[in-house]
Amino acid sequence: MHGILTIFRKELGDHFNSMRFLLISALIVMVGVIITSMVGMAIQEELRGMAKPTLIFLLLFTSTGKLFSFVQFIGFFGPLLGIFLGFDSINRERVSRTLSKLVSQPIFRDSIINAKFLSGVTVIAIVLVATVLLISGLGIRLIGVVPGVEEVWRLVIYIVISLLYISFWLGISILFSVVFRSTATSALASLAIWIFFSFFVSLGASVMADAVAPVSQTASGVDAEMLIRHERIQRVASLVSPMALYSDATTTILDPMRKTTRTLILMGPMERFSMSRFQSPLPLLESILIVIPHLISIVAITLLCFGICYFVFMRQEIRTV
Amino acid sequence: MTGQNIVETEELTKKYGAQTAVNRLTLQIEEGEIFGFLGPNGAGKTTTILMLLGLTEPTSGKAAVIGFDPTREPFKVKEKVGYLPENVGFYDDMDARQNLRYIARLNRIPGEVTEKRIDYWLEMVGLSEEGSKKVGTYSKGMRQRLGIAEVLIKEPKLIFLDEPTIGLDPDGTNRMLDLIHSLSREKKMTLFLSSHLLDQVQRICDRVGIMINGKLVAMGPIEELAKKKLGLDQEDYTLEEIYMKYFKEA
Repeated sequence: MHGILTIFRKELGDHFNSMRFLLISALIVMVGVIITSMVGMAIQEELRGMAKPTLIFLLLFTSTGKLFSFVQFIGFFGPLLGIFLGFDSINRERVSRTLSKLVSQPIFRDSIINAKFLSGVTVIAIVLVATVLLISGLGIRLIGVVPGVEEVWRLVIYIVISLLYISFWLGISILFSVVFRSTATSALASLAIWIFFSFFVSLGASVMADAVAPVSQTASGVDAEMLIRHERIQRVASLVSPMALYSDATTTILDPMRKTTRTLILMGPMERFSMSRFQSPLPLLESILIVIPHLISIVAITLLCFGICYFVFMRQEIRTV
Repeated sequence: MTGQNIVETEELTKKYGAQTAVNRLTLQIEEGEIFGFLGPNGAGKTTTILMLLGLTEPTSGKAAVIGFDPTREPFKVKEKVGYLPENVGFYDDMDARQNLRYIARLNRIPGEVTEKRIDYWLEMVGLSEEGSKKVGTYSKGMRQRLGIAEVLIKEPKLIFLDEPTIGLDPDGTNRMLDLIHSLSREKKMTLFLSSHLLDQVQRICDRVGIMINGKLVAMGPIEELAKKKLGLDQEDYTLEEIYMKYFKEA
């Protein structure tokens, strides 16, 4: 435990002193503030002279405005924070030959990897909480609405999901820093995975759906069964990407009006009917229940990723050369 | 295990795949001596050190370092044993004191003791002037001296030095050898020195072991090996002659 704490403190100091961390967190805060001001002013405009509806506060995070919403931004850009914090954590020590020195101190070898992962997670948590608080403060000023208890809870859950999601990317980049000897290689490999999941999985999903269940225009219109199959395959395939998992989970948590993660085509007639009949927002617990599979999947991939990382690191030969 | 021997190995073997890096090594090192571990590059010297520190698991055989099995209780061994790797690395963006403090913390040395020891050992290795400079600006010789200070900060009973004088200028080499000698004589530490610079080993080591291709081919005080290999009549021997004889036979 003592070893973990010492390494953790040093790593945390290193992160906060690094230019890399400064740049990326400044970028996240800056974009967050810009998005919020734009969205906030739009909401202000809309609300003029109207009674303030409930749950409007969360719109600050989910409303897309002219560009994209804050939630979308973190979903897309958050992984970079994780990658930047982790891609050189082990191989930098290997290159500078401090790793062999570190493991010859009276600490358990897993303290090194645990402390590095934990310090990264801590930094991510600090950035997320700070950004969300900043946006909330700005939002309160702009739209003049104070968040209620339920909104605060939803934001807390949002932060926890985001933390897990970005930690998954931290895990990926630490894994690459264990596997690859060169820091450039591990950075590029992490970025390649990031690009793959953010662009190509959704593209691949539609290609795959077209190939497995082609929807053809016939004289009698579109074959409904085929269309459903097509839709279902595309959805399942796109859920391979942690980004899809994350955006489904967070938009449902932050938007109480969203009652399902499925598209309209996949709903039965009764479901569609009840959606149009009951317009009131979902209670928090119901929102959580909808995305519980997503949450469990995010937790699972994050743990799995760290587990592999831990296993590979513990099995590696520590040679100086 | 007798109380006298601080390191004992029995048939210690390490294989990497089909290649045998260390082949049935049996050696004893007495407390307080300077032991020179000789051999050409790739003879298995570093692998032996890593096994004795518990950083690498032996394929077979037994080892005891200060009474503990390094594979089973690496923690106990690392508390009492210092290791200076070949080409030691530092956190270049921290200064010498910060580097030393970090290592001291990992060794659970209390804060006040740490500061005293840092001052003392920086003085001993002649770096007290440069203690607050970033290690990235250090020369090779300074880095090597800082490495020694870092090993000594936990005041170990046994120190493994892997090629401690490689890359040092003649003056730096001399000072390093003097320091190593005084550690053994004044501080009663045991030093395990791996090197292939024979004249230096001859100057300071009490006993040597010669390792070639993973096998320990000779072990004992230098005079004894000289008698055995070069004949009694010769007085004016060098370690190099002895070594080359063993090397040709192997």
